[in-house]
Amino acid sequence: MVKPDISVIVVGVSQGGLEALGILLEALPLEFEKSIIIVQHRAADSDSYLSEHLNLISPLQVKEAQDKEPILPGVAYVAPADYHLLVEKQGTLSLSDDERVNYTRPAIDVLFDSAADCYGPRLMGVVLTGNNSDGARGLKTIKDLGGTTVIQDPEDAQVPAMPLAAQAITQIDHTLSLVGIAKLLSNL
Amino acid sequence: MDAKQIAEIEVDVLLEAIRLRYDYDFKNYARASLKRRVHSLLAKENLEMPYQLIPRILYDQNIFDKFLSEMSVTVTELFRDPPFFKSIQEVIFPVLKTYPYFKIWHAGCATGEEVYSLAILLKEAGLLDKAKIYATDYNKRSLDIAKAGIYNADNMEKNSEAYLKAGGKKTLNNYYTQQYDAFKFNDELNKNVTFAYHNLVKDGVFGEMHMVICRNVLIYFDKDLQNHAFTLFDNSMVKRGFLCLGSKETIDYSVLKSQYETFSKPNKIYRKIN
Repeated sequence: MVKPDISVIVVGVSQGGLEALGILLEALPLEFEKSIIIVQHRAADSDSYLSEHLNLISPLQVKEAQDKEPILPGVAYVAPADYHLLVEKQGTLSLSDDERVNYTRPAIDVLFDSAADCYGPRLMGVVLTGNNSDGARGLKTIKDLGGTTVIQDPEDAQVPAMPLAAQAITQIDHTLSLVGIAKLLSNL
Repeated sequence: MDAKQIAEIEVDVLLEAIRLRYDYDFKNYARASLKRRVHSLLAKENLEMPYQLIPRILYDQNIFDKFLSEMSVTVTELFRDPPFFKSIQEVIFPVLKTYPYFKIWHAGCATGEEVYSLAILLKEAGLLDKAKIYATDYNKRSLDIAKAGIYNADNMEKNSEAYLKAGGKKTLNNYYTQQYDAFKFNDELNKNVTFAYHNLVKDGVFGEMHMVICRNVLIYFDKDLQNHAFTLFDNSMVKRGFLCLGSKETIDYSVLKSQYETFSKPNKIYRKIN
């Protein structure tokens, strides 16, 4: 069976994320047409600096996700602090303040599970630098439902624990540096 | 039909069983969160598939109550989101002051912490006696807790801090009595509060409200149900009434977009245009 084109990329990142997301999003081309949905672990009371900063340096529009917002091509959405971010079948985003998962809200697994459920083989999941194991189980769900799995090369990651945890339980399709991941996305 | 589509039917049938048996309709809840909650209940009950819940829920009210708690699990706390509580004092209270009396509907009040937070601030502004507050929820157990006004005292330091950040003018311990590990809010705070059962999915309007507060409830609804609730709020609102949503909720994608002006963008306070 021919694999359908990837239409959405979900990204999970923790410690070292500001820098890693900066490198990744800065390197994407202006004409990039996929949607990117990002969970970055951060303090519950942090403001929207992260998305504003990334929006300035990336050719893509980067914005904090709002509830029931439609997922558009060429836009990167960042989960707001203290809310889980989920994908709905209608192609919209929804937020939840359900309990923490893996001690964190937003949790990468919550985003990855819901996105895998909606997009199946049209989804790519990317786990970047971080000092915990959130995202590992979610990446496995993505793989189980036919999606493509990517981790940041642990040697390239500021903190390798998160990509290593993902690699330990899931078959990884691409292990790449941040620059390599940007290239992979650009060629989708 | 693939396994994922069949799994969706399973959830649909479960929800239909719940609707027919208990008259709670979750069909238009945001599906992704709903499925997480169904799976959370499955794990707790040592079950694997949603269809296994159907006979259990049909014949055992306790399981339904567990489902309902799962669905209405709420992160609430005193003065949750202090900047919001600060801003209602700054931008809404001056308007409320101009009325001889006014009515507030707090929809989806859960266990009531934010109702007491509001009452404290109204009291400090000298407005509590002019206020009539309707605090509603669809979970009767939550309402019982809200009515009693008794809470766990584990987080008093955090509560006091939030009270001050919200612009509280005294100290929080003016408003409660503590006994061992619990505290109870003073009766003066809820004498003008009516706690009542109301389900946004199926129940009707509340009349002539000057302010409607519904925070972090609508995120669990799909767009259609959100619009239904927004219309309900709008039909319950006086001219120039205020609508207050959760910090990440918006009317931008809703039927009210053109009928309300943004009064405080960061704090999600909207005002009916006419």
